[in-house]
Amino acid sequence: MEIQELKVKAAQIRMDLLTIIHRAKTGHTGGSLSNTDILTALYYEIMNIDPANSKWEDRDRFIASKGHSVESLWCVLADRGFFPREELETYSQFGTRLIGHPNNKVPGIEMNTGALGHGLPISVGMALAAKRDGRSYRVFCLMGDGEQAEGSNWEAAMAGAHYKLDNLVGIIDRNRLQISGTTEEVMGLDPLDEKWAAFGWNVVSINGNDMEELLQAFRAVPEVPGKPTLIMANTTKGKGVSFAENVPAWHHHVPNDEELALALTELSASIEELTQKGQV
Amino acid sequence: MNKIPNRQVICDTLLELAKDDRDIMVLASDSRGSAAMAPFANTFPEQFVEVGIAEQNIVGMSAGLAHSGKKPFVTSPACFLSMRSIEQIKVDVAYSRTNVKLIGISGGVSYGALGMSHHSVQDIAVARAIPGLAIVLPADRHETKKLTEALVKYDGGVYVRIGRNPVEDVYESDDYPFEIGKAVIVQEGSDITIIAAGETVRVALDAAKALSENGVSARVINMHTIKPLDEEAIIAAARETGRIITVEEHSIYGGLGAAVAEVVVQHHPVPMKVLGIPDEPAIAGKTAEVFRHYGLTGDNIKQIALELINK
Ligand SMILES: Cc1ncc(C[n+]2csc(CCOP(=O)(O)OP(=O)(O)O)c2C)c(N)n1
Repeated sequence: MEIQELKVKAAQIRMDLLTIIHRAKTGHTGGSLSNTDILTALYYEIMNIDPANSKWEDRDRFIASKGHSVESLWCVLADRGFFPREELETYSQFGTRLIGHPNNKVPGIEMNTGALGHGLPISVGMALAAKRDGRSYRVFCLMGDGEQAEGSNWEAAMAGAHYKLDNLVGIIDRNRLQISGTTEEVMGLDPLDEKWAAFGWNVVSINGNDMEELLQAFRAVPEVPGKPTLIMANTTKGKGVSFAENVPAWHHHVPNDEELALALTELSASIEELTQKGQV
Repeated sequence: MNKIPNRQVICDTLLELAKDDRDIMVLASDSRGSAAMAPFANTFPEQFVEVGIAEQNIVGMSAGLAHSGKKPFVTSPACFLSMRSIEQIKVDVAYSRTNVKLIGISGGVSYGALGMSHHSVQDIAVARAIPGLAIVLPADRHETKKLTEALVKYDGGVYVRIGRNPVEDVYESDDYPFEIGKAVIVQEGSDITIIAAGETVRVALDAAKALSENGVSARVINMHTIKPLDEEAIIAAARETGRIITVEEHSIYGGLGAAVAEVVVQHHPVPMKVLGIPDEPAIAGKTAEVFRHYGLTGDNIKQIALELINK
């Protein structure tokens, strides 16, 4: 896809996820909006996947370790054709398979996540299996920054470097917010990039809401043979919706009717701007 | 209808008690909002500790604080607190006999559509297997207040499980005797006994009321403390009413029903029925929808009671 198209796609995904959260009256709005560009880059441009054959052996694997941001993932998977778009309407309803966290009954979901600090250890196992089997698929694991406080991440970080897993890509959605406030107030992480580097990872810091920078970083992997890559994606929580940006409460705030209308207006305006630019 | 969730009652009570007891401490794992502990954090910043999203660390740190004379209250979602940190609970709290109060919030199926990672319906089973750890599920806001006061005085490890939303009152006030380890008969009865804990006590009372319309006298026992279990109350119920139904917001394996059955079968075998979540990932939905799906309702319990009685 062209860069411009990807940006439009990301805005549409944001509109979709706000709509399902509003309908269900539940969801993790801020973190979904912040990682939408990352998912868009991966699912529409970077990852080797086949929605019609979701279990294809050589597919790239994606693990949403920050499973609470599943709304963005449900919208991307539906749009990519892993399951019918209409099913999005069942999100969070009684008996649905589109629950509030990734659920591997749904095509496109590899593993059930939702308890933080599980994604990276799983991803290390998958990347190690690829190496042992001589397969070329890559494993992408999206983590939260607040999530970094779980020790299991650092156990996995050690193992990823130890086994020289250059087919493993960790991505941290570095939006600097968690539930109770900023990450630096709740449990300081800085200098987070130096920590990962000290654990033996190749660290790349980018603007994680910038499509060009995302594509460039993902395409360069593996930059250093024998080392796993950590993409420090500096993002804005609530990205794309002016009044939700950088506001901690939007972690799980659900837009009311007015807020939804306002957000959709903002996002359609940005789509319009992008399409006009594209025509010039 | 009561609008105060039990988690808020714990905060209110601790706010009161912490004024005169500087050793009371509250710890949170990016969970002060979900635990309704923000007022405590703001009022007593020196008695509040934020550990970030780190459930193993929160229990280990609390054990260290307790070892140094503090009275730590760990407030964290029940699902993670009970399972993620179980080894710290076993070794650092129970085995080392440290005075740590573990408050599991949003337990059972409170987290509705968030799925199995967030449902906490194995916590009682896991906690029961740890020697020296008490387990308490308060039934309503009055009992939660009394429990919180008792916890401050109790020396030792306790796992408390509460839900997320306000629950209907079971008691009219907090003017009744409450003691950790001592069951409360909330309704006298002679034909059958319904034993419940936590939010299901209300459901058991609904069932007893429905049964009375059929002329059946049902005893309702609030077994708020699942460990140490009030065996006498169970044996008396078996002897005096001849049939027992247990109701719990937990897997049918290893929880209240299993605990009661172990006593009944060894001391006074009578027909029994264990109601809870079957051995499957609980269906996603609102708490009431999930309860209805698994028959944890007054009407269903009434049917089962009638079948047991007519057998
Ligand atoms: C083991 C575990 N503990 C606690 C939670 C509850 N929880 C869900 S999201 C969240 C905050 C996540 O913050 P962050 O990782 O920064 O994600 P983001 O800001 O991108 O949403 C917490 C504490 C959880 N899901 N898993």
